Amino acid sequence: MEFVLAIGIGTLAASGVWLILRPRTFQVIIGLSLLSYSVNLFIVAMGRVRTGAPVLIAKEAGDSARFADPLPQALVLTAIVISFATTALFLVVLLASRGLARTDHVDGQEPEA
Amino acid sequence: MSGASGLVIAPILLPLLAGAGMLLLNGEKHRSIVAGLNVGVTVALVCIATILLGLSDAGTRDVYRLGNWPAPFGIVLVLDRLSALMLLLTNVLALAAVVYSLARWHRAGAHFHSLFQFLLMGLNGAFLTGDLFNLFVFFELLLAASYGLLLHGSGLARVKAGLHYIVVNLAASLLFLIGVSLIYGVTGTLNMADLAARVHAVAAESRGLLEAGAGVLAVAFLLKAGMWPLNFWLPTAYAAASPPVASIFAIMTKVGVYIVLRLSLLLFGEDAGASAGFGREFLLLAGLATILFGAIGTLASQDTARLGGFSVLISSGTVLAATGMGQVGVTSGALFYLVSSTLGIGAFFLLVELIERGREPGADMIAVTREAYGEEVETDQAEGDVGIAIVATMGLLGVAFIGCALVIAGLPPLSGFIAKFALLAAALHPANQPGGAIPGSGWALLAVLILSGFATLVAMARAGIRIFWASPDRTVPRVRVIEMAPIMFLLFICAAQTVWAGPVIRFMQATAQSLHAPADYISDVLNTGSSSRQAEGK
Repeated sequence: MEFVLAIGIGTLAASGVWLILRPRTFQVIIGLSLLSYSVNLFIVAMGRVRTGAPVLIAKEAGDSARFADPLPQALVLTAIVISFATTALFLVVLLASRGLARTDHVDGQEPEA
Repeated sequence: MSGASGLVIAPILLPLLAGAGMLLLNGEKHRSIVAGLNVGVTVALVCIATILLGLSDAGTRDVYRLGNWPAPFGIVLVLDRLSALMLLLTNVLALAAVVYSLARWHRAGAHFHSLFQFLLMGLNGAFLTGDLFNLFVFFELLLAASYGLLLHGSGLARVKAGLHYIVVNLAASLLFLIGVSLIYGVTGTLNMADLAARVHAVAAESRGLLEAGAGVLAVAFLLKAGMWPLNFWLPTAYAAASPPVASIFAIMTKVGVYIVLRLSLLLFGEDAGASAGFGREFLLLAGLATILFGAIGTLASQDTARLGGFSVLISSGTVLAATGMGQVGVTSGALFYLVSSTLGIGAFFLLVELIERGREPGADMIAVTREAYGEEVETDQAEGDVGIAIVATMGLLGVAFIGCALVIAGLPPLSGFIAKFALLAAALHPANQPGGAIPGSGWALLAVLILSGFATLVAMARAGIRIFWASPDRTVPRVRVIEMAPIMFLLFICAAQTVWAGPVIRFMQATAQSLHAPADYISDVLNTGSSSRQAEGK
């Protein structure tokens, strides 16, 4: 389980990093999305990987190893919403840049061949 | 908790409500109402920040618990000297920028005033919050508003710079999240005070993970602070922004600097056990590198706006290097420097456009300006009711330019000199050094600071000669009182900071002392909850 999760996060992050280093704005935005998925998974993983465990209930407090930590799940929700909103905002700027510069290169001009 | 602690949340709520209200009043015919509202709210924020500064100087920390949840569980807002100082600085700069924008720039695009208020909300929140994840939320808020403001006025140059700015900052936000979740994974808390109390007790095998988390988090902040080598986006973005926006952006790098200053002293101060002093050497070296990079950049920059952008780098590099010294005296000098250089650079960005207005502009300059104003004819008609053109314009502009140059380069008689003097005097007389020997870091800081001051002076003098003396065919720009007053206001504060340097330095020293003794901060934040809840905590 941990292994699969770690490989998944790593693959997403690696693909994301490779894509945001590419010269086309569309590749950059996909790269940013992939990176944010990997980061979101990473936040959940930081609450320890545990399947089938209830979230912390005060009445049954005791061995905290038996419970799932609810806080990272709350954090990841916030992170998802914010990264979604900023990605949407970036999409608008991407389109504006495409319209003004007439190219989808990140520098607003084609590199001289 | 004192009775005034409800006021602590006002710097966040007021801009939120004002900004949201302005969205409803959008459109051409409500523009004067919205503009008036923006100025009014910003004035109110300056007043509130002044009151909060007075409260914090009494020595008590106001802790505002959102939803009245006790400290490590709920989110807290903490007002101490440093956050009150940053609040006042932000809002004073904002007031100057917004008044300046009324002359013409606020017409250059939609929603300027709303975005401006949202930016203020994010800035104020980031300075007040005592919770790491809440800090992330405020950071995103201020960044989202800054994306909009950077693009204000549109045009290819802004969209290009904005695209880079947004990508860089989105990537940095993801690093921020990685850092925060690593720290949470190790310590199980996100409250800064609680975190600081737990750092020394972290097990040896998880310490590496904690420090890695702190390092990743620091990269996110240092990118915003413009530390070398994470700052190549900054001069271009700041030079492309419209003048009022560039002016308020002068404080945005200081958010990163503020967080680094606060967290490094809080989490990795003397009480942090094995992690004490974590990252200090790196901060010092990278800060020095940033100053040098900025100094070379000022010498190399062709136009005055880029010169301002590189001055921003020198300013944050200086404060970061001083943070890396980790001494009370140096920190207080750095705080003095932070205030004076931010005000000076803010005034400089406002001034740049007034100066450039009279010069024979290049072809791209015309295109940008035309697009930005879009309604040249209407602007000319409106001049009568916005303000009167100033006589002896060139003289005033020249005086303002000299004032900015003196503050930024750090020459007497203005505040930049006193700031650098206080900084270097403390760096060369370390309190904890036996026998009064001057450490190598002190010499390095001395050399680099003087070198950068000289580079700035040369660059400024060259720009001044080119602008004021060497262009005989220039036309005298039409400058209105409403554009000149904010610049004079900011420079006047710098002058006041010089005249009343004694009390200001005393305040900075008290601030630095409380920053270097985080135990009080921790107990103030954690003990405001009811004691019974506290006892059964995690």
